[in-house]
Amino acid sequence: MGKTIAQKIFDAHVIDNPSGDINVIKLDAVFCHEITTPIAINDLKEREMDRVFDPAKIKAVIDHVTPSKDSKTAEQAKIMREWARSQNIKDFFDVGQNGVCHALFPEKGFVRPGYTIIMGDSHTCTHGAFGAFAAGVGTTDLEVGILKGVCAFHYPETIKIEITGNLQKNVYAKDIILSIIGKIGVNGATNKVMEFTGPVVDKMTMEERMTLCNMAIEAGGTSGVCYPDSTTVDYLWEFIKDDYSSKEVALEDFFKWHSDPDANYSSVITHDISLLQPMMTVGYKPDEVQEVNGNEKIKVDQIYIGSCTNGRIEDLREAASVLEGHTINTDVRGILSPATPDVYKQAMKEGLIDIFMDAGFCVTNPTCGACLGMSNGVLASGEVCASTTNRNFNGRMGKGGMVHLMSPAVAAATSIAGYITTPDKL
Amino acid sequence: MKDFNGQVLFLDRSDINTDEIIPAKYLTEITKAALKPYLLEDLKLRNFSTDNIPGKSIIITRENFGCGSSREHAPWALEVNGINLVIAENFARIFKQNMFNCGMMAIELNKEQIDEIFKTFASKETSIETNFLEGSLKIKSSDADMEIIFKVSEFDKALVEAGGWINYADKNY
Ligand code: SF4
Repeated sequence: MGKTIAQKIFDAHVIDNPSGDINVIKLDAVFCHEITTPIAINDLKEREMDRVFDPAKIKAVIDHVTPSKDSKTAEQAKIMREWARSQNIKDFFDVGQNGVCHALFPEKGFVRPGYTIIMGDSHTCTHGAFGAFAAGVGTTDLEVGILKGVCAFHYPETIKIEITGNLQKNVYAKDIILSIIGKIGVNGATNKVMEFTGPVVDKMTMEERMTLCNMAIEAGGTSGVCYPDSTTVDYLWEFIKDDYSSKEVALEDFFKWHSDPDANYSSVITHDISLLQPMMTVGYKPDEVQEVNGNEKIKVDQIYIGSCTNGRIEDLREAASVLEGHTINTDVRGILSPATPDVYKQAMKEGLIDIFMDAGFCVTNPTCGACLGMSNGVLASGEVCASTTNRNFNGRMGKGGMVHLMSPAVAAATSIAGYITTPDKL
Repeated sequence: MKDFNGQVLFLDRSDINTDEIIPAKYLTEITKAALKPYLLEDLKLRNFSTDNIPGKSIIITRENFGCGSSREHAPWALEVNGINLVIAENFARIFKQNMFNCGMMAIELNKEQIDEIFKTFASKETSIETNFLEGSLKIKSSDADMEIIFKVSEFDKALVEAGGWINYADKNY
């Protein structure tokens, strides 16, 4: 019987099998941010175990609320900062260099095919786009990861999702993942890895694959994963060129992180996207997904473009191409948070920031901020936001607020119209 | 190993979520102790008020306890209030993992057992003595007692014995 990519990664990392199908695996990277890490740091101090297993394998960022907005968030940031310094963690990103973790860390080349990664953040599944096993965990798991470089998981079962067909105009990776979550539900992949394959994924850029894997957790998935291929090699080449004599050699090596043809899956889903239309969420659960057509004319108060789902350069290009030459409706406020400083700089070079600002958008620094209702665009009660983020839970972007999830293109069209609509209807 | 004996707090409802156990607005706290006053603050339940919490060491509830977000603040808020054991029909996956990771216990009993316990004890002062090695619970009130066998996995048992995943991992890896 063959193995899935997740099983191959486990087999290469398992160091103990304490009971049943529990595998203790060693970790290639532990990612940290300022919301979930400070309590782990304090607890390690209390236990007089204030160490890290390998400072080079720990990557840390202040991203959720930055620059700090009040005394409590300032304290969280301070703990991270002092810890990174005292533990000699070189890859630490503070104000000026920081951006949303799941956009920043791939950009820095911290994720490689075959890696095992944990973080105290549920959207850690994003990094599976590179053919890695990456999972969100609780604070104790994070703490053990920091201290020992290991984590315990059940041996992974996988749902294979084969994406076929041809994408229509104005339909993007975000629409695909929304449609998958709508189909299988918020518990549809609980305890499972979601393996995204097929001709549509093969043609996707790394950014698109990250958007896809980012939302695996919204279907309950432990992680999302894509096979590493020449697109992966091209993206990572700058970081791996000393390790491989040529891109072909790297590609050959990465091939070991593909599932075997006879691998055992808990289920296989074929998802044809030829007829897929722009999608959005309508309720307080990410599986309450409907076509934008039919939900038009929902008035919105705020448009938010950013986050680890859709705050990357391609997302900004997509939104800017809709916005160019337009101004946003006078009844709405538009907020753009480029996900990282590099995305921000690139967008400036390409003139995208001008397009956003000329249209009337407020451009904030890279941060999670409004995505989790912490800063830079919190909703008031009764307000509605068209958002490119990944969670529409009740109160997510502010108590009493309503969030509709959608692609950057639909969000941009909505900002011009003042109500939810697709770019072709403008 | 933590203490799994003491007075019982009955929460007669299913699907008590992590937001009800500890509201999201307290996630900016940086110590576990700071969570203490807010345990179950937003729980709306007949015959329940947070004044019932002091002196209690064990929760008995219905189905799917701890659903919602992955926040470990939920077990911590219990822990700092001296509650190390929750008994229910079943739990949300991450909550259960977080409990054992903290060296606490989430014990699952079947529906008939939980029904029987509620019927016999819920209206009275009730205490439990836990025999961890044998895997049994002695439930007692002034006029009734009951002995119940429970099962937890070998790995979860080892986590409890070690006082949590941190101690276990520190010893073994
Ligand atoms: S952008 Fe939003 S979903 Fe992504 S890591 Fe930040 S808060 Fe979480």
